[in-house]
Amino acid sequence: MTAPAVDPRGRRVASLVVAGLCGALFGTGLLLASMTRPDVIIGFLDVTRGWDPRAGFVMGGAVMVYAVAFRWIRRRSGAPWFDREFHVPPRRDLDGRLLAGAALFGIGWGLGGFCPGPGLVAAASGNGTALVFVAAMLAGMWIQHRTGRD
Amino acid sequence: MPQTWFLALAGGGLIGAAAALLFAAHGRIAGVSGIVGALLPPRERDPGWRVAFLIGLIAAGAVASVVAPDAVGSSPRSLGALVMAGLLVGYGTRLGGGCTSGHGVCGVARLSVRSIAAVATFLLTGAITAWVVGP
Repeated sequence: MTAPAVDPRGRRVASLVVAGLCGALFGTGLLLASMTRPDVIIGFLDVTRGWDPRAGFVMGGAVMVYAVAFRWIRRRSGAPWFDREFHVPPRRDLDGRLLAGAALFGIGWGLGGFCPGPGLVAAASGNGTALVFVAAMLAGMWIQHRTGRD
Repeated sequence: MPQTWFLALAGGGLIGAAAALLFAAHGRIAGVSGIVGALLPPRERDPGWRVAFLIGLIAAGAVASVVAPDAVGSSPRSLGALVMAGLLVGYGTRLGGGCTSGHGVCGVARLSVRSIAAVATFLLTGAITAWVVGP
């Protein structure tokens, strides 16, 4: 008799269900925190017109929880539940690609009021402006993949 | 206003918890631009967890359109500006290796030097852009 946890197909299903749950919780957090409202994002980024600090609280709350959990997970376990190893970005150097990419992203973020996660959630809710944004975002990612060195 | 601040903190906490669960389960950084970008086209032997995460994210938006339609707002920008914004966000996040979730939440919480530099950069250019373009 084999325990259900060792059955590879059951493990596979469980791993996908947990990943799906992560996405659903992540999206719910974005919605609760109004990150799917571009007026809230633009009101946070533009500090000159009646600053709206909410997005700062969202990032602060997320960073606090993740910082504690990340340390705890790394200290406690040698490997994740469904993979052989943790995939933590190892690089510590700064380069032009990183800073140029971040700068371009910031311009697009301040312009449209959407970043990738909230854009996808808002598009999934049927919002027309988010659907346009996401279509262009996917095109932008594809262009970078085709033209950039990876 | 205190209530919206609480919702912001609680929503943020939920985002952090979801990202932590993904790390515990799959050992992956919950960076949305990276998760999407690596599927265009699929570059890994097993992209299953990425697809599942995105289905969950999309399901949250679909459910919200029924139970909480006010949680989603429209961008005040014109069609052309939205296309430009999307192109910049898509191209920039792939070039810079992350967005508000991967660099902003996971990277800052890990005290990654690259992520902290990226966040400082995109907050600055985002603030300048939002100020120049207006509400």
